[in-house]
Amino acid sequence: MSGVEDIPSGPVPGAGTRAGRRGANASLLVGGALVAAVVLLALVSFLWTPHDPTLVDAPNRLRGPSAAHWLGTDRFGRDVASQVMVGARTTLFVGVVAVGVAALVGTPLGVLAAMSSRRLGELVMRGNDLVLAFPALLLAIMFGAVFGADTLTAMLAIGIATAPSFARLARGGAVEVLGTEYVLAARVAGRRRLAIAVRHVLPNIAGLVIVQTSVSFGIAVLAEAALSFLGLGTRPPTPSWGRMLQESQELLTVSPRLALVPGLAIALAVLGFNLLGDGLRDRLDPRLEARG
Amino acid sequence: MSRSEPRSPVLTVTGLTVSTVDTELVRDVSLRVDRGERVGLIGESGSGKSLTASAVLGLLPEGVRATGSVRLAGVDHDLLGASERALAALRGRRMTLVFQEPMTALNPAMRVVDQVAEVMLVHRTRPDRRSARAAAVELLDRVRLPDPADTARAYPHQLSGGQRQRVVLAIALANDPDLLICDEPTTALDVTVQARMLELIRAATARSTGLLFITHDLAVVASLCDRVLVMYGGRLVESGPVHQVFTAPRHPYTRGLLAASDLTATDERGRLRTIPGSVPGAGQFPAGCVFRTRCDRADQACGQLPDWRGTPEHGHACWHPTHPGGGAP
Amino acid sequence: MTGDQPLIEVTDVHRTYRRPRVSLTRPGRAVAALRGVSFSVTAGQRFGIVGESGSGKSTLIRLLAGLDQPTEGTVRFRGQRVSGRPERQLGFLRRELQVVFQDPMGSLDPRMRVRDIIAEPLVAQGHPDTAGRVAELLEAVGLPQEAAGRFPHQFSGGQRQRVSIARALAPRPSVLVADEPVSALDVSVRAQILNLLADLVERYALTLVFVSHDLSVVRHVCDTVAVLRAGELVELGPVDRVYRAPEHPYTRELLAAVPTLRGALARFTTRTAEEEQP
Repeated sequence: MSGVEDIPSGPVPGAGTRAGRRGANASLLVGGALVAAVVLLALVSFLWTPHDPTLVDAPNRLRGPSAAHWLGTDRFGRDVASQVMVGARTTLFVGVVAVGVAALVGTPLGVLAAMSSRRLGELVMRGNDLVLAFPALLLAIMFGAVFGADTLTAMLAIGIATAPSFARLARGGAVEVLGTEYVLAARVAGRRRLAIAVRHVLPNIAGLVIVQTSVSFGIAVLAEAALSFLGLGTRPPTPSWGRMLQESQELLTVSPRLALVPGLAIALAVLGFNLLGDGLRDRLDPRLEARG
Repeated sequence: MSRSEPRSPVLTVTGLTVSTVDTELVRDVSLRVDRGERVGLIGESGSGKSLTASAVLGLLPEGVRATGSVRLAGVDHDLLGASERALAALRGRRMTLVFQEPMTALNPAMRVVDQVAEVMLVHRTRPDRRSARAAAVELLDRVRLPDPADTARAYPHQLSGGQRQRVVLAIALANDPDLLICDEPTTALDVTVQARMLELIRAATARSTGLLFITHDLAVVASLCDRVLVMYGGRLVESGPVHQVFTAPRHPYTRGLLAASDLTATDERGRLRTIPGSVPGAGQFPAGCVFRTRCDRADQACGQLPDWRGTPEHGHACWHPTHPGGGAP
Repeated sequence: MTGDQPLIEVTDVHRTYRRPRVSLTRPGRAVAALRGVSFSVTAGQRFGIVGESGSGKSTLIRLLAGLDQPTEGTVRFRGQRVSGRPERQLGFLRRELQVVFQDPMGSLDPRMRVRDIIAEPLVAQGHPDTAGRVAELLEAVGLPQEAAGRFPHQFSGGQRQRVSIARALAPRPSVLVADEPVSALDVSVRAQILNLLADLVERYALTLVFVSHDLSVVRHVCDTVAVLRAGELVELGPVDRVYRAPEHPYTRELLAAVPTLRGALARFTTRTAEEEQP
């Protein structure tokens, strides 16, 4: 019954940690800059865009980049740069709603499953599996049919569909934390369950959840693109990077620029959130702080 | 007990220094292990004892490099700087290792017999799988696993910690190595299991295999080894025959360790004798004598690095050795 | 508090765990961790519990601390039942009995600062002026005041165990249960922590329950020892008597297996007597 003894053997060579530390700062910096750029684009678009992103200008369709149209125009002559700026709003909205719903529903559910009795925990997790087995797109279609198809509905659906992956992750992490001696020590100290969940479990699984958040953000942005294509996401004429990408499909050979611009925007935003997630996880872990 | 055949070194380490980019972790360590000799390497966390073993085996973690010389008998090149390929040919065959944690040293998805047989097949010391398996069962019998033929078919998780550690020992002994390095092999085991394990290690090294046994437990060294090396702060501070070092220690650190280990010796208030302070972190040991910040005999002279006095096999590095007759200046 | 009135009373305690089921039709296999264990600890006693892995000593600690429930039997503290009560009704126990755990890293939340770790029992039990008490405790366990603002990983193993001891002492308990508190520590640090425990037991008149696999440590620390083997108490008595004249064969086996420096060095004395002590 006794645990394994933990004799620290030898000094931990410092070389790796130092390099890792610099890496963490770099990803935080680059990720933060990319995310900040998306936020900035979205904010500026409320006040100013080079052109009206929805203005159809037939004579000027499919123009290449110029002084008037920095990133050219699409097949209706709409300004691509303006569309990208306004699309950043949609992207952020999508990310915040979908991932927020998923994390805020999934994480507490997973912690609850880990902390409740074995029977209740099993019940929660089997229900969780059921949702997980349900295709996200199908859920979005159903939601769209019931509540009307728009970005918010679609993202709620995506959020609910990705919540189980948060729940599963949180439960695994929580079970591990609950098995530690510091949780035993907290119980001996007289801590109640809620306090243990808030003071010990959540901070110690925060790193896991943050990484999952950044991964889910990428998934949500891509899912929004797919839903928009099916007519279940962002409704035209509101620009969204996903819809821009889908609309460019037929013109891929004629004007690859139209796919490249929103594609690059999505890739950079997803990369930014992933790097930010990694950087934050390392920053939030006191063990990675320099000694002394 | 007594061995009459002439002693020849199986491992000779000279001036070994292990360091990261900015920190020296092991400094100027020289040691020798003879055939059939059991040498204990003792020290606390941060003393560099495990890194010394890793350097010998060429298993240093990334970003850590070693200088100096490591020679193995019958190998015509220095092990430091040798290619991974050359080292791999030696590891598992000429020099082997038993780790502290027997669970992680074994492949959980592979039967015990195949893991023991594999090390013989890799080094081609058995012609085919069939004979390697037969030899493996014999080895499992030699490390006194109950029902070796049956146990051989088990997976690691089906065995107890002590049994797993015996499997690890069987793997280490499979190719009749010249040098066996054990890094805290009994620390995770129960005392009754530890006693049997030590007996097996003693039997395995009785003939021609040299043993380097790393531990923090002085009593284990005293019961198993012929000679002992004491490390502190990445340096060798004392070496010599076990009974001489343990009954008449010269270095104040050795004396402190011995006093702190002896739970039957207490002061008038019933308190144990201790070494003041704690082991500094890597790279934070003082210049000069590494022990001087915790030593009650330290003075100005200790700001200078003490020379090694005596022979490499029996000596110490201290300006003020604790025993008279050593010629303290 | 007189010596006759038992502080802790463990009566015929059994604890059986059920392995997770592997078959749909049959329940999982039952494993008996404790089988009919009875003993009592009186105030001021230094009570040692010795056992190897699988002996049930960790289970016993959990039962004593009200972290687990016995399948059968009772655990009482000052005559009040500990067993069979939900954790929220164990306030009386939490104020009086605290635990120092084995692993000085694992028992401290890596994301909490030392001041919050030590204050945790105080906060949980609603004490005022936690800051003043934390400062007092740091001093008592020999840690500098600036330790309060640091995280556990910034300390050595011995220092972490001091933090763990400070936390246990925070609510001014009368009983300290120590679960292998020195088995993960280096030799020189082990002596320091054992001395610290002895000082604190004396200074605060604590009753000590000390669990270890190491008989020589128990012999040094305790006045009474219970030997556990495979969930059963095989021997119980004053430490000196158990060491001098062990009654149970298992106790004898344990005693023989523990390597001691003096015992081990004796092998040289018989061989090279003339080399001893110049």
